[in-house]
Amino acid sequence: MSAEAPTSHRFPDNARAALADETLQRGLASAKVGFRVRRSEAAARLPEFETLRDEARDIKDHVLAHLDLYLEAFETRVTERGGHVHWARNAAEARDTVLTICRAAGAKTVTKGKSMISEEIGLNAFLEDNDIEPVETDLGEYIIQLRHEAPSHIIAPAFHVPKAEVAETFQKHHTTLDPNRPLEQPRQLLEEARAMLRDRFLAADVGITGANFLIAETGATVIVTNEGNGDLTQTLPRVHIVLASLEKVVPTLEDATTILRVLARSATGQEFTSYTTFSTGPRRGEDLDGPHEFHVVLLDNGRSALVGTELQDVLRCIRCGACMNHCPVFGVIGGHAYGWVYPGPIGAVLSPALIGVEEAHHLPSASTFCGRCESVCPMRIPLPGLMRHLRERGFQRGIPPAAQRWGLRLWAFLARRPRLYRLATALPLRLLGRLGRRSGRFRSLPLAGGWTSQRDLPAPQGPSFQSLWDRAGGRREPPR
Amino acid sequence: MNGDSREAVLGALRRATQRDSNTAAAAAVKERLAGHARNTVPARGQLDRDGMLDLFVEQAEAVDATVTLVSRPSGVPGAVADYLRGENLPTRLRMAPDPKLDAYPWDESPLLEIERGKGEASDMVAVTGAFAAIAETGTLMLLSGPDSPTTLNFLPDAHIVVVRAAEMVACYEDGWDRLRATGRMPRCVNFITGPSRSADIEQTLQLGAHGPRWLHIVLVAGDSDG
Repeated sequence: MSAEAPTSHRFPDNARAALADETLQRGLASAKVGFRVRRSEAAARLPEFETLRDEARDIKDHVLAHLDLYLEAFETRVTERGGHVHWARNAAEARDTVLTICRAAGAKTVTKGKSMISEEIGLNAFLEDNDIEPVETDLGEYIIQLRHEAPSHIIAPAFHVPKAEVAETFQKHHTTLDPNRPLEQPRQLLEEARAMLRDRFLAADVGITGANFLIAETGATVIVTNEGNGDLTQTLPRVHIVLASLEKVVPTLEDATTILRVLARSATGQEFTSYTTFSTGPRRGEDLDGPHEFHVVLLDNGRSALVGTELQDVLRCIRCGACMNHCPVFGVIGGHAYGWVYPGPIGAVLSPALIGVEEAHHLPSASTFCGRCESVCPMRIPLPGLMRHLRERGFQRGIPPAAQRWGLRLWAFLARRPRLYRLATALPLRLLGRLGRRSGRFRSLPLAGGWTSQRDLPAPQGPSFQSLWDRAGGRREPPR
Repeated sequence: MNGDSREAVLGALRRATQRDSNTAAAAAVKERLAGHARNTVPARGQLDRDGMLDLFVEQAEAVDATVTLVSRPSGVPGAVADYLRGENLPTRLRMAPDPKLDAYPWDESPLLEIERGKGEASDMVAVTGAFAAIAETGTLMLLSGPDSPTTLNFLPDAHIVVVRAAEMVACYEDGWDRLRATGRMPRCVNFITGPSRSADIEQTLQLGAHGPRWLHIVLVAGDSDG
């Protein structure tokens, strides 16, 4: 559903609405502190953490330089184990592939582990339109599915929903239960979801999961969960479908292991996630359980076009969520304002890269370039640098409004001519300094409404930095 | 459609990677896949036998698993029965059809009602062995197979895992090496670190989301009763 109609082009309105949403503000305030503290404690407990980040980055860079070869190797191994690999250029092809498999299995209900690719291709709405019921089984995803909402965080999809609203949602949907049952405590809500979903796990015809990694060496797909829902999803039904994007492949079990060491620590601050599961093909002849069919859908959807470009580094992302947990912008507007599947700094790069700067040009501008995202990214993705590149791309395509573009051009013209720059700025600065002498600030100013509508503009005081610099005998030319 | 898509995606990637020599690239990939070289293994993943045991217990308990140490194999059934009694859990249990578990004298704990097989929806307690126990993070490594059905790891409310000291390894990489040495790659490898949990409701951590609420590890220190 979110894939059908991104609202990233309405980002300024979305952000304004989010800032005014008191429930959201409370959720954000409590969530971010916990995530940050737990990550930094986990990193501090492992002296090799920074070395592992370097190695994790290098593994993915090596993979991206040989992506075709590793995907072919992965495909060969899956096929040898009796599984099937399906290639999809775009969301529509991926949806059709899933539907074909579900129809062949005569599926009525499909259980689902958490998958961002499923969100990206809008799978749930599509399955419903085709009379197949998708059931999200991750607790957070289940809550927002019942509420017909999109995830607001890639690892805590329902963190914006307070428990009282979860209780209301359960009262409304779990109609077979006693309406007077107590539902105030998180424990009671969890128990109820566990009981309701247990029956769905057992009845499902097909289980769909995402993949944190694909292993070229063995043909394994890897999922990482704390709840165990992904494992029930993929073990109980007759058919298991894995949705994965191309860049999830890594060479060996050792390489996956190295990245796993930084994944959970960066995401939730755990030493290791409760369940890390490597799945290779359907059940073997003598096995007592496991799926009879094993399918992997490999989705491109714009990623191959990023390989070998300035944006390639974004494909190292392992979806831990650390960048958004540490982002001052995400921290006050939450995930929905970003208007597409991936929020926060990673979304500010990935969304314009995948759905285009025309739709998502606001997102890379929604950054203070404070650099926290890059400093915590386990894969060392230079997120601010990539955002800067996307801003340039938007500028070159003439996306920002004319006044902004001409303003920047004028500024650039002057900035390259220091003498002219000083001349052009001296007079207005002196004027502003004189006008604002009494109060020291401006409540409103012509042409600066974007600034003064939110806060006062301080009046310039005394001589400029450059004249102070001159007076102190500072040099203008950089040292040779 | 699928063949076209495959060629389109791979073709785009081949063009995009801009390699000087495809032969050299293919050789590099082949070598890396065959060599499965280790990256950095943290110091805590390189301990000796005593260090491993202590770290395993510390890490497992830190993620809400419980651990009982027994000095000999004959102590295992009693340890399982004691645990179930202590947690007020039923003594009817589903046990993996694993020959390794036959080594323990289950008849000596007559209160335990044991059925062997895969996990069923009605099971409250499962008992399995493990392929390895990884000290680094207190992680259990289980392999799917007729002797160790995956459903036992996820359907029951309580999962009891019997681990022998010889199965203890220092790091995940040691586990992979042991697996490669068996010459088989099972359908499923489960790394299990503590019981199931969720913090999806207001960031409040709770155990027992969809998988087991209790994970209990019986660690057998000695290899024989001799």
